[in-house]
Amino acid sequence: MTTDRPTTLLAELTHRCPLHCPYCSNPLDLIRAEGELATDDWKRVFTQAQALGVLQLGLSGGEPLVRKDLEELAAHARGLGLYTTLVTSGLGLTRARAERLRDAGLEHVQISIQDADPEVAERIAGVSSVKQKRAAAAIVKELGFAFSINVVLHRANLDRIGEIIELAASLGADRLELANTQYYGWGLENRAALMPTRAQVERAQAIAQEAIQHYRRRMQILFVLPDYFESYPKPCYGGWGKLYLVVTPDGRVLPCHGATQITTLTFDSVRDRSLEWIWQESAAFGAFRGYDWMKEPCRSCPRKTVDFGGCRCQAFALTGDAANTDPVCTLTPDRAIINAALAEPDEPEYRYRIIAVEPQRV
Amino acid sequence: MPDPAMALTSASIPRLWRLARLDYDGVRNRPILLYPEGAVLLNDTGFAVLELVDGKRSVADIAAILRERYQTDVTADVAEYLSHLAERELIHDD
Repeated sequence: MTTDRPTTLLAELTHRCPLHCPYCSNPLDLIRAEGELATDDWKRVFTQAQALGVLQLGLSGGEPLVRKDLEELAAHARGLGLYTTLVTSGLGLTRARAERLRDAGLEHVQISIQDADPEVAERIAGVSSVKQKRAAAAIVKELGFAFSINVVLHRANLDRIGEIIELAASLGADRLELANTQYYGWGLENRAALMPTRAQVERAQAIAQEAIQHYRRRMQILFVLPDYFESYPKPCYGGWGKLYLVVTPDGRVLPCHGATQITTLTFDSVRDRSLEWIWQESAAFGAFRGYDWMKEPCRSCPRKTVDFGGCRCQAFALTGDAANTDPVCTLTPDRAIINAALAEPDEPEYRYRIIAVEPQRV
Repeated sequence: MPDPAMALTSASIPRLWRLARLDYDGVRNRPILLYPEGAVLLNDTGFAVLELVDGKRSVADIAAILRERYQTDVTADVAEYLSHLAERELIHDD
């Protein structure tokens, strides 16, 4: 049991996506169209989420626009008073579709941009996409949506962070999220092809800091440091099962989008249980709440109330035990794992994420 | 303390950030300011101020309405409160 209420629900409506980005936060084991929740399931989940305290809803994926019921879901969310963000590649966002979404009450659209250099952008996306993204951005702007651009940063685009910021400003973004790659799922799979150098990160950070001031009150810029280059781990979503919920395309409920890789936990589904039961009663959500589960060096560390021992998914993926200290932390001997990854030779090729966009016909 | 460069004066005309929405959270029974990826739970005083922010009234206008209501001069409090939100880019005044 917990007295905390979640504030944010990320609804991964589908894993289908026309893009193949090698840092995708979806798991390696992608769910096909046949396994996705139905429209009424999602509506029930949104209703239950609002009653549980959720204020922010992310309609995400995969590419959420491949769901034909997106307008209906957006309208339902708006009826509940949720602040809804469409997290999209922009591919498939025609003017007619954008107008229907606006009429449904969708407030905020976030479009991903891979790079300011079109050629590199399309190499990262693994598909021709720059023209469609620019067109989608223009429509979003014209229809008056709150507009964010999101860019995942890595070795191949970090040196163009200045051009990326200028591009976002020229597209009229209200917000720009510059997020260094997180090494989970596909990102971990492609780590040696994505990892920047420390010099790249430091230069980019300096440029971002300056831009934050320069664009103040015109475009809000967020720069998220890559945790491998930090001395202490990140406080993952304010602690396990405290503020954040993710529902996967097939209905499993997670405390963060990377959690399915913790194979020692079983995540309950909204097909079997209410969201409230899963939040309050499920073993997976209870597993890392509070401090009793911690081992040393976390257990006696004053930072435990700041970073909650870091990321459980990263601890599991890199050390094999989700209750270990996040190996990013320089206070654990496991930090050697991160240092070894930083010293890995560069891999020139990406392993792309691929899934059929259209439902499979059996 | 707010950054002095961001501070609002009694002549400033505040407006909510285009992306922010004032609402009521029926689950927590609190007024709330919602914006992308975030929310500020408000107390009744904060809500009383933000409710009057419309991009037309100045800080002095808002303070005058509240003075009428609460029978006390709140100009400095209003300016400071809105300056805090301006520093977080939730309130703009240009």
